[in-house]
Amino acid sequence: MSDVTVLSYGAGNVASVQFALERLGATVRLTDDPIEVAEAERLILPGVGQAGYAMGRLADLGLVDPIRAFPRPLLGVCLGQQLLFADSDEGGGTPLLDLIPGRVGRLEPGPGLPVPHMGWSRLAIDRADPLLDGVDEGSWAYFVHGYLCPDGPATLARADYGGPVPAVVRSANRWGCQFHPERSAEAGARILKNFLEIEA
Amino acid sequence: MTARRIIPCLDVKDGRVVKGVRFQGHADMGDAAELAARYRDQGADELVFYDIAASPEGRTLDYGWVRDIARLLDIPFSVAGGIRSVDQAARCLDHGADKVSINSPALERPELIAEMADRLGSQCVVVGVDSKASGDDWVVHQYTGSPDASRAAGRRTLDWIVEAQALGAGEIVLNCMDEDGVRRGYDIAQLAAARAVLTIPLVASGGAGSAEHFQEVFEQADVSGALAASVFHTGTLPIPDLKAFLNAAGVEVRL
Repeated sequence: MSDVTVLSYGAGNVASVQFALERLGATVRLTDDPIEVAEAERLILPGVGQAGYAMGRLADLGLVDPIRAFPRPLLGVCLGQQLLFADSDEGGGTPLLDLIPGRVGRLEPGPGLPVPHMGWSRLAIDRADPLLDGVDEGSWAYFVHGYLCPDGPATLARADYGGPVPAVVRSANRWGCQFHPERSAEAGARILKNFLEIEA
Repeated sequence: MTARRIIPCLDVKDGRVVKGVRFQGHADMGDAAELAARYRDQGADELVFYDIAASPEGRTLDYGWVRDIARLLDIPFSVAGGIRSVDQAARCLDHGADKVSINSPALERPELIAEMADRLGSQCVVVGVDSKASGDDWVVHQYTGSPDASRAAGRRTLDWIVEAQALGAGEIVLNCMDEDGVRRGYDIAQLAAARAVLTIPLVASGGAGSAEHFQEVFEQADVSGALAASVFHTGTLPIPDLKAFLNAAGVEVRL
């Protein structure tokens, strides 16, 4: 099983991602070192909390350019998916990594639906992709988010929460999961396994 | 939409799950990690671990078992017990917990909610509220882990949950103490009133005795999740049976 590097930059629940990958037999390296990031076989960008704080941490650690230039498989998880986009409304406007066009906005699902979107929602798969190999239509995934990625050509799978929620996105060698695959039981484990098996 | 969450609550002491009314006649229910794995396999949507020894002993919870549990679980879990600072909450997350639940410390110093939300994000900040009827209203109680220390906190429940939400709480767990442990159903009126004043997810706690009680609380109080302990620990209501019942009744659950 392959090696995977998980960015540990003080803005993510790294341990749960690490443990999920270890359950799959992967060798996990945690790092905030730009050189180790640049040389990683494959890279996971976790993230929880505020986009501005996370981007500030990445900038302070000199990680923005190595992530943007990363040529092998990259997976952003939760806030990590949002960071792939151009910018965010969060905190009055925050520039992000700008690897996928579009602006992340506040989640406004309408009356009767609490925010954050917290809990298990079903995935509707739009397009076949190696990351979603073996993931059944309607699989359950665990979401926690209060901001929403723009729905566009990058969307591979959606959830429905008062409107479409881009749940899995891809642009070239970069993938994102809005939900937490490390906490999404069988479907999540399958997605992480698929990521580990994508040709680096 | 999200599936309605079924959430077993495990009281943990020294890495063991104990059952019984808190601080009275604890019976050992087994290793926390083993029971967590069993609930995971039965289809629990989330787990809550309450370190019942932490707060009375004046310490924060033991991070070692948080890590053990995080290694095992592929579903989310929250931890509670003796967490009074942002650093302590951050350490829980560092050890693999998804959410941190605070109760009395939030009442002592409500800014703790905002500090946690600012640094860690609202999504991991759960405010637990112990609430009791008082006349035709509900009021908050604190230090409920210990019968000697338990007392009214001097706040209306509905005011406090709105304040907690405004400070940045990502979820409220409302424990209706009048119903706790008596298994005659959740406090629908109180939970519906709480739901009506909140925009964040609400989890019901206290009173579950049968599958019908879960159906009622989801249908009538519109809560996102329902927490229970004894019905699960005693085997009275196996989670697969509960979920099959709810599914047949038209309540969306994760099967």
